[in-house]
Formats: sequence, C-alpha cells, structure tokens
Amino acid sequence: MKYIAPLILVGFLALAAYVGTAVLQFEYLFGVIIPYAAFLTFVLGFVYRVYTWASAPVPYRIPTTAGQAKSLDWIKRDPLESPATMPEVLGRMALEVLLFRSLFRNTRAELRAGPNLNYMSSKLLWLGAMVFHWAMLIIVIRHYRFFLEPVPALVRFLDGLDGFLQITLPTFYITDVLLALSLLYLLARRFTHAQTRYLSLPQDYFPLYLLGGIVLTGVLMRYGLKTDVIRIKTLVQSLVHFRPESQAGISPLFYIHLSLVCSLGAYFPFSKLMHMGGVFLSPTRNLANNSREKRHINPFNPEVDTGSYAAYEARFKDKLEQSGIPLD
Amino acid sequence: MADETPKTEDMAKSIETGHGFLSGKLPGKSWLDTSTVFKPGNYNYPAKDTVLENLNFPNPRKWSPEDSDWKLPENWKDIVVGGLKERLDKNRTLKLFMDVCVRCGACADKCHFFLGTGDPKNMPVVRAELLRSIYRGELTMAGKLLGKMAGARKLTPEVIKEWFMYFHQCTECRRCSVFCPYGIDTAEITMLGRELLNLVGVNINWILEPVSNCTTTGNHLGIEPHTYKAVVESLVEDIEDVTGIKVNPTFNRKGAEILFITPSGDVFAEPGVYTMMGYMLLFEHIGLDYTLSTYASEGGNFGSFTNQEMMKKLNAKMYQEAERLGVKWILGGECGHMWRVVHQYMDTLNGPPDFLEAPVSPITGTRFDFAKSTKMVHIAEFTADLIKHGKLQLDPSRNNHHKVTFHDSCNPARGMGMLEEPRYIINNVVNNFHEMPENTIREQTFCCGSGSGLNTNEFMEIRMRGGFPRANAVQHVQKKHGVNALTTICAIDRVTLTAVMDYWVPGVNVTGLHELVGNALVMEGEKERTEDLREEPFEDTDED
Repeated sequence: MKYIAPLILVGFLALAAYVGTAVLQFEYLFGVIIPYAAFLTFVLGFVYRVYTWASAPVPYRIPTTAGQAKSLDWIKRDPLESPATMPEVLGRMALEVLLFRSLFRNTRAELRAGPNLNYMSSKLLWLGAMVFHWAMLIIVIRHYRFFLEPVPALVRFLDGLDGFLQITLPTFYITDVLLALSLLYLLARRFTHAQTRYLSLPQDYFPLYLLGGIVLTGVLMRYGLKTDVIRIKTLVQSLVHFRPESQAGISPLFYIHLSLVCSLGAYFPFSKLMHMGGVFLSPTRNLANNSREKRHINPFNPEVDTGSYAAYEARFKDKLEQSGIPLD
Repeated sequence: MADETPKTEDMAKSIETGHGFLSGKLPGKSWLDTSTVFKPGNYNYPAKDTVLENLNFPNPRKWSPEDSDWKLPENWKDIVVGGLKERLDKNRTLKLFMDVCVRCGACADKCHFFLGTGDPKNMPVVRAELLRSIYRGELTMAGKLLGKMAGARKLTPEVIKEWFMYFHQCTECRRCSVFCPYGIDTAEITMLGRELLNLVGVNINWILEPVSNCTTTGNHLGIEPHTYKAVVESLVEDIEDVTGIKVNPTFNRKGAEILFITPSGDVFAEPGVYTMMGYMLLFEHIGLDYTLSTYASEGGNFGSFTNQEMMKKLNAKMYQEAERLGVKWILGGECGHMWRVVHQYMDTLNGPPDFLEAPVSPITGTRFDFAKSTKMVHIAEFTADLIKHGKLQLDPSRNNHHKVTFHDSCNPARGMGMLEEPRYIINNVVNNFHEMPENTIREQTFCCGSGSGLNTNEFMEIRMRGGFPRANAVQHVQKKHGVNALTTICAIDRVTLTAVMDYWVPGVNVTGLHELVGNALVMEGEKERTEDLREEPFEDTDED
C-alpha cells in the first residue's frame, strides 16, 4: 500500500491536468492560477518552515566531532571534521552541502560466519545522491531560459555545456539522462535494499514518483511529442511579469508537466524535501567545536536548586571531622 | 553475569543465523504493527518509588515493565504531548530532526544495538520514527488528517512501552550521527525522549538511584566522605606495596592549585582503581599541588541521562567546590559522559567560572587556551603535554606484558574530538600497540553497549549483544596480534568492557590509560619494580 498509494496520487494529478486542459479547456486555471498558488505556497511555506526552525533556540553547543579537535599546539588537528572557528565551520558546511561529506563515509555492515562483522565501503548511495541533486540543480537553472529574457550568460553557458554531446536534434542534455538514472536508482534502492524498504514511508515514494513524472513529461516534450516552445515562453513571460494571459494551443503534456512541478512546489514546505533548508541549520554540523574556549549561552538556562557544600557539611560534619578532612 | 543470559555460543549462533534482516531478508510486519515484549534480560528494572520520592520526581510507584498496566498518571497523555511541544519549542535540534529526515537508511546498520540484536526498531532512523510518528500524529495537521499514510500515529500506552524499550536500547553514542547527511543526532532524540518518559515516572533505577545518591553524598555510589578517604588511602598503601613510594593525596584542601575530579568508579570499581593509582603516581612524580574533594567526588553525571535540570544540578558541585577551595583550575580524570557534559554543557549550564584562572600547566608552563573559558582540562591533554616536554621518566618496557589496543570512548571521540592525545600517550608508555580496524575506531568507534546508564546485571543479554561489534573488532586484533589489553579513557567502559571481553573475547583485560602510565613511570626513590599496579609480574624477557 505504501508503494502504490503515492503512485496513484501522482497519476491522479497528471490525469487532472490532462482532463482539465485537453477536455475542459481550463487553461487559465492550470496555466495561471495553479502556478501562482503553488509558487506562493512554496515561497511562504519555505520561509515559514525555516523561520520556525531558526526561531527555536540552540541551548547547547553540541557539534558531532568527526576528527581531531583543536587542543595542544603540536597535535595535528582536523579543521574540517572538528572545526574550531567560523571559517572552518563554513568549510565543513560547504563539504556537507556541496559534496555530501557525511554520506561519503557510508559503509555496509556484512555479517559473516563466526559471527564476524565486516564493514564494506558503500559509496553508491553517495554517488546516486550527488548525481541526482547536481543534475537537478543544473536543470532548474537551465529552465531559466523560459523565465528570463534576454537569457543570462550563465544559463546559456550551462546549456551549452550540458548539451555538448550534440548527438540529437534538439540538443541532447546529459543531465536529463543523469537525472532519470539517479531517480531510478534511488527508487530501486527503496525497493531492493531491505533495510531502506522496511523503513520507507509513503512520503518517501511520493516525491520520487512525482519527479519521475516531471522528468518523463519533460523529456517527452523535448525529444518526442513536439510542443510549441514559443507559446510556452510567452505564457511563462506573462506570469513572470504579472500580466498573466493563458495561451491557447499548448499541448496538454506541458500542463501535466507544469501541474506536477506545481504539486512538488506546493508539497515541498510540508515535507521531508525541506532537508534542502534544514541541512544549513543542523546544530551538530554548523557549530564550532570550541565550547571550552568560548562560553555558549542558553537563553532558557533552567533555574535549578543545585544544593550546597554547606548542606553537605552539615549532614556529614562528624564523619568529616573524624577522618580529619578539613571543614569550611 | 545474570542467570538468564544465554551462553556465548548460543548468542553467537543467534546472531549468525537470526539476523536475516542484516543480510537482506525483510521482517514480516511493519514496525508500526509490532508490539513490544518485555522479558527478563531485555529491560532494566524501573526506578524504586523511594528513589523518585527522594528526588521529588513524578509518579513514584511499584511497577514492572512486564505488567500490562504501567500505572501512568491519569493525564499522562497531556503531560507527554505537552512536554513534547515544549521541547520542540526549546530545542532547534529536536524540531529540525523531526522534520528533515529523508529516511535514506545510511544510519541503519551503524548502530551497535542493531548489529547485535537485528531488531529493526534499533535502526537509528526507526528509533527516531518512534517519536516522529507521534509528533506527526499529535502535533501536525497532515499527520492528523492522513494518519498512517503520512507515517503518523496517536500516542497510546503501547507507544510509551515502546519508547521505554528503545530509548533504553540506545547509549547516546552518536555513531549514527557521524554518517547522517543532516547530522541528525539520535543521542539528542534519546535524551529528550527519556526526559518525556521521566515526566510520567517511566524510568530506570540504575540511573535514578545514582542521581538520588549524588544529591546527598556527592557521588553516584552513595559513598560518604570518611569512606571515600579511607578507600583512597587503601589505594595509597597498594601503591606503596608495588613501588615503595608513598603518595600523599589531600582531601578538600583549600589553597591547592588544582582540583582533581574523576568518576567515583575510578576510586571504587575494578579495574578503575588501577587508573586512580596511576593518576596519583603521576601527580607525585611531577609534584603537582592538587586536592581531591569528597564533595565533588563524582565526575560522572547520571543526571545527563535523566533531564537537563538534573544534569545541571549534579554538575554544579564541580564549580562550587573549585570556588570554595580557591583552586586555580580543574583537572578531570578519564571518563566518557562526564567529558561530554564538561566539554559541551558545563560552562553553558553552570558558568562562567570567573573565580578560576585560565588553565596553565604548572610543570611545563603550557597554556591550555582551548579550555580558557570552562577552565577544566582533560588528564590526557595534561599528560600528553608533560610527555611532549620530557617531564616524565618513562620505561615503556614495564608494559611489555600488555599487547595493547585502544578503544575510543564514544563521548571523547564524537563529543570532544579527542583522538590523538591518548594515542600519543600510549605510544610513549607501551611497546606493543595495535589499532583495531579503521571502521571501528576514532570517530567511527563502537560503543561498549552499556553506556548512558544501562550497565545493569539484569540487562546483560542486550548489553552483550550491543557490545558485540566492539568485541568482534577486539577479537580481530587478538587473533592477528595477540592483543591482551583493551585500553580506554572511560570509567564505564572499564567496567562494562570487562564484562563484554569476558563474554566474547576471554583473555583480554581492560585497562585505563593512566594505569599504563602508572606502570611505566620511573619514580625517584622507588624500590626495584617487579610488578605492575595490579601486582602482576612484569615480563622478564623483552620479546621484541
């Protein structure tokens, strides 16, 4: 059930967009209202979510240290795994955010006769995650050619780089293939890796299906069923400039693609996809390991009756005296 | 070893054959559909009513986890949900960790309890889901509406039982957190989960009784001052027997330069006492002006396994006593969770200690700038500095009967980043040192399986399972290099790993770091040394 229900939901979203535009001709709804609503939900939801995290205090300085701390001068330290200063923390965060440092550490425990435990290097998940996220980022940036006129140099540059294998017409994008492959891998892993399959929830499958639908429709539009790119860009430009006008004659495939993207955007702030914002805020990673050097302040340091030596001495006075321990 | 504990062969077999899940077979049912079964060996005895009364903690009563009715307070649900909400608002960690997990599964096989039990609820991500599912079901709109389809459920007494089981099958070791791409720290979830359980009187005696003792006598074991002094003095006699040197520790002495605080386990428990003897020999060797305190007679802090308030309360006497005695700074002994508290919590909770000075070694003049605010230095930092400056006369061949491997204790490794200091010291005091495999040491070290207050006799089966990954790595170097000594810088390790070694890797002794230092120290005026601090003979011939 946890695998099927999210798939049905994605199918329903796609069907709604198809019926809504191809049959019912609700182009204004699917081309204007839903995108605006989804965009608004995404932005406000994202900001709200990050706000709720950022407004919760960090009472203690508790980085997970994964390397030698700064201590005696002559002891070789590891500034990226156990950072002691802000620039070092930024370095650790950059490794984490851009290169998925912690995931790169991944191992697989194998139980052999004995019993003996062995820990095998296991970097496929890291590779899959890296390919997926970077391909996704480049594709999102590439899409700016629909949003911006004139198209900025960076976007044109990425576009050219991505399409350097000019083996098809229109230009074949490497990232399209990489994204599709990495998505398939991530999905396959959820089914075939016993531990991951066991612990996965419906909300782990839903975004994968949704992205799968987005990639599929995107690829179909580009390489298969032709769509009128000029009209699409006109529609997108009208949205960007807040002079929304629905366009007739755009293929329903585009509306399916757009609706799935809108669904993803609107779903984003309420889901685990918020790890995108959360990764920057994790106190075990973004704090310096310098808690003995610099006092960390807890805004609600609990008021506690900590007891006193005086009470202790009163209680044990005779015994302290008899054993010759000095009194206060 | 408790009577119910399975024999080593039987447990080995059950791990080898019973962990299908580890090798790719799915358990039949979702974790959401399995109930928690308590039987002797898999739970710790609950806190006694008298202990909770002494601490003024809620819901003191007589109960057993095997009972179907746990006699929760009438409004237990409001208390727990309210407590969760409050903690979400106060801790960014908890709020974030509830929201951002993508269930990638990288943490699943990193937990020693999962590797030793094969129980799916011991995968760190599922342990967190036990709480996350309630967070969704009780506090989020989507969870309330969609229920199980959103991984949400309602809080029931069955959930409390599950929490009790699995928040006490986590030793807060943070190994999973090293591998998590978002740094989700199960220790944080377990700590806050145990706080919630404490709100309704669901807690264990092995944690709460030491806490209660600590509030009256100053230490977990409830040792009164005259006994503390007498036991230390008996160790002084043992030192004299072995070395011919009479050391002179002082107690509660005003005007000493340094206050030395170590876990009470070093004073009272085998084999920690040999480490205590090592400290005292070291201090005599360098002529350190230090005092012990019968009031601050506990470095450990079982309050940190209870709640933040209790952690603060038990920790407070370190600074209180340092101020009263007028020392310049504090030196701390070998201990794991004590150092988690000292390094990451103490200054925040009970500082700033303006009455102390920034620590400077009186022997070498080294300024410990990295401890200039908290004003407390770890003995391994202190000793490494002494050795580096050539202030110790050492004869490592006196440890030739030890073939040593080093167990990084969880908290110094992943809560401090102390990896090199102990190794530097070992390399200077022993001749035979062999590291365990790289995925089992340093930041990837495996827990002893009994930390965070779980080292009871009644819990032996789970402890031995949890200790299996560590033991297995020791066994590897035992076979390969003939290792016979497992050295560690944690008082709980010294006790619990002794049991784990006896069970899984017989023939390996557990030693403290400063026990090895004590063996190697060449004292001025010593008699001819033939025995180590355990009164076992040195090796005659040097095989190397």
